[in-house]
Amino acid sequence: MGNEYAVEMRNITKRFPGIIANDNITLQLKKGEIHALLGENGAGKSTLMSVLFGMYEPEEGEIFMNGNKVDIKDPNDANALGIGMVHQHFKLVECFTVLDNIILGTEPVKNGLLNKQEAKKKVLELSDRYSLKVDPDAIIENITVGMQQRTEILKMLYRENDVLIFDEPTAVLTPQEIDELMEIMRNLRKEGKSILFISHKLNEIMAVADRCTVLRKGKCIGTVDVENTTKEELSKMMVGRDVEFVVTKEPAKPGEPVLKVENISIAAKHKGIKAVNNVSFEVRSGEILCIAGIDGNGQSELAYGISGIEKLIEGKLYLNGKDITHDSIRERNIGGLGHIPEDRHKYGLVLDYPLHYNMVLQRYFESEFTTRYGFLKKKNIRAYAERLIKDYDVRSGQGPDTWARSMSGGNQQKAIIAREVDRDPSLLLAVQPTRGLDVGAIESIHKKLVELRDNGKAILLISLEMDEVMSLSDRILVMYEGKIVGELDPKETTPEELGLYMSGAKNNMKEGA
Amino acid sequence: MNKRLKLILKNPGFQSFLASLVCIVLGLLIGYIVLLFINAEGATQAILMIIKNFFKYPSAGAAMKYFGSTLVKAAPLLMCSLSVLFAYKTGLFNIGAAGQYALGAGICLYCALALRLPWFVCIVFAMCGGAFLGVISGILKSLCNVNEVISGIMLNWISLYTVNTMLAGVKEETSHYTMNISNVNTDALLPKLGLDKLFTNNQYVTLALPLSVIVAIIINIILDKTKLGFELKATGLNKFAAKYSGMAEKKNTILTLAISGALAAMGASLFYLTGYEQWSVTSSSVPAMGFNGIAAAFLGGLSPIGAIFSSFFIQHITEGGAYVDKTKYCSQISDLISSIIIYLCGFVLFMKQFMNNMIRRSELKKGGKG
Ligand SMILES: Nc1ncnc2c1ncn2[C@@H]1O[C@H](COP(=O)(O)OP(=O)(O)OP(=O)(O)O)[C@@H](O)[C@H]1O
Ligand SMILES: [Mg+2]
Repeated sequence: MGNEYAVEMRNITKRFPGIIANDNITLQLKKGEIHALLGENGAGKSTLMSVLFGMYEPEEGEIFMNGNKVDIKDPNDANALGIGMVHQHFKLVECFTVLDNIILGTEPVKNGLLNKQEAKKKVLELSDRYSLKVDPDAIIENITVGMQQRTEILKMLYRENDVLIFDEPTAVLTPQEIDELMEIMRNLRKEGKSILFISHKLNEIMAVADRCTVLRKGKCIGTVDVENTTKEELSKMMVGRDVEFVVTKEPAKPGEPVLKVENISIAAKHKGIKAVNNVSFEVRSGEILCIAGIDGNGQSELAYGISGIEKLIEGKLYLNGKDITHDSIRERNIGGLGHIPEDRHKYGLVLDYPLHYNMVLQRYFESEFTTRYGFLKKKNIRAYAERLIKDYDVRSGQGPDTWARSMSGGNQQKAIIAREVDRDPSLLLAVQPTRGLDVGAIESIHKKLVELRDNGKAILLISLEMDEVMSLSDRILVMYEGKIVGELDPKETTPEELGLYMSGAKNNMKEGA
Repeated sequence: MNKRLKLILKNPGFQSFLASLVCIVLGLLIGYIVLLFINAEGATQAILMIIKNFFKYPSAGAAMKYFGSTLVKAAPLLMCSLSVLFAYKTGLFNIGAAGQYALGAGICLYCALALRLPWFVCIVFAMCGGAFLGVISGILKSLCNVNEVISGIMLNWISLYTVNTMLAGVKEETSHYTMNISNVNTDALLPKLGLDKLFTNNQYVTLALPLSVIVAIIINIILDKTKLGFELKATGLNKFAAKYSGMAEKKNTILTLAISGALAAMGASLFYLTGYEQWSVTSSSVPAMGFNGIAAAFLGGLSPIGAIFSSFFIQHITEGGAYVDKTKYCSQISDLISSIIIYLCGFVLFMKQFMNNMIRRSELKKGGKG
């Protein structure tokens, strides 16, 4: 019987303690289509995909493939049925090569011996056919996130999967890599693969998807043809109200310098070169200064240097006029530095602590949260966390008692932002603050940042998103190969000009400055 | 009905308990099989002896007395397991507990026998010694990036020979054992608080018992309710996030190992100051107590309260091993069997993981049918 659906998930319900993550959801994936899944942070997208991939067992509902009911007990079953998944956070073995990761679990054996030559041939063939550029012999920890992702995709193709799930694949990619991925997905569709694609970026969905299913708070709102819809309509379906895409803000009224960076250099991970090379600038109160640049040009190291996580090779840092070059991280925090870190799982959270502990990570020792004798005031910690959860709309199953690990990616990020903004720092160092957030959350975080600025705080924003840079910043510095190569006014520049600076083609700074 | 059962099965506390139980049963089973291999005839009786330990005495009085003896040795084991689990919460593996225990024994005996100091001073000095060893490991770890396991093992040997040398001056003339405290300095014996009466005049049952339990409760409170515990656990769970939050990682490493060292050394003084056993100055290995502490810590689910029970159990098995019929088995058999059981006790975490997978799988199966 010729069925037009590659996968049909019917009336799926999945509950977690305190929350219905999927409430009677029906999703139909046609053969050879790219089907987008859109929804607010915590709407249940990752959960629904995990159900399809056999990682969660739903309380109710059935799954059909090509019209036949299937029973998916674990990811091995999913694989056998031709379903592959690229997770929100990759699952690769860091110290293995690309090739080893691809064949892991399905190693080709010949006369009892591993036959890698054949596997390599097949991988190179696939990589050619879908233009997925990888170096099969490179070690995972040495390659870019983009290449790691291509490895994950090749892994699915190597297993001859026909249904491919991408959970927020673009959140960690640079704009160039995103364009490449879009092209790869179109290629895959041409080859007859069916794709489920989760993204918060409406432009990407409009560009590549055929249809889009929208979830809100665990419920299915509807499925639309992308051709006949607009970004505005999609975001309204998802959030339930109109979303403003442009940030409205008054002109900045910069005051005294809050952070002064003087000729600092920071070493790169690979010894011998400087990731940040003799950089100087100031951030003043009441302004949002943005450092723009293509990923890997020293922005991450700069942030770690300012926050105290990495040591400086040379140079000086001043916060509110005080020399903090040799201050500890604790001293910098107390001195008024807030930091939204780039890597939320590595630095931002203790995943195996409950949410309320995570909300006071830098403040637990203050008299509000600890008695004179060193005992925690758990009641106060919980009350404080409850307030942040409410004010910043952090959604989770069990409020302050939720384990950080079980929260959705976007809500983990919102928890970090809540914690850092609410400490009322005089300088907020925000690195990719809206990574993985839905459009509604981005809008409200942008509003918070502007509010913080208008209260006379200084904000140093490091972002790879061109839109965010253009709409939020009061002043832009462009970083290229560890140096500041341009200072631009967002009102007078264009994305094209910014792009030229970012790629190193233009430079308006005096040499040696 | 079934749902409630599943909820109980999913409770982490209950899981730890169940995992420990499974490990114990498995350990006993394998021990039994080994006994069967060596000599099938006496195996059943031997394993029963190990399980029974002091219950083998028909009279209640005698049983109580030997129950007391088991408790006397369970107290230092509890202290060692507290030492190990406290470090483990900060992400450190204190294999040096064995050396810290040995040095603690050496210092408290020296203070008692050579310097004739009262018991509480002996304990304090011993704890300082253990803490000192911990600090060395801590400094090596945080300043020179030397793994605490490596430095711990080295320090175990250094402490052993230091103690042998130190105590050579206070040994009996006719043997290689240290002098009996009760003959030299009764002030150094731990007070009995009338506890000896409870255990049919077992003179070795002392303050050590309640004290070690109190310390376990204090450690539990520190980990669960204080600022220090908040920091240490955060460091153990994610040292990068701890660094980001401004917690002094290096200071905490040193502090944790110092406290761990003091706990292990205190354990030694809680044992040797009862006069139950003397130190042999020709010992060629550190007492097993510190290593058994590792097993007790894991068997107790890494909780200080759990450690109270697991320490008792491990000591119970070890003591019971001594009653195995030596005419049927060679004299090392008791050590062999108890080590097998103790070894398996170390697998609790693994077992917990395994059980979790089982529960999940059975759940999934049911979902498929229903
Ligand atoms: N293992 C789990 N245990 C308990 N609750 C969970 C678990 N996984 C997810 N949840 C909860 O289910 C809800 C849906 O989470 P899910 O990860 O599916 O969201 P999402 O739509 O992918 O969001 P995001 O865009 O932020 O990634 C969240 O409220 C989350 O807290
Ligand atoms: Mg998700």
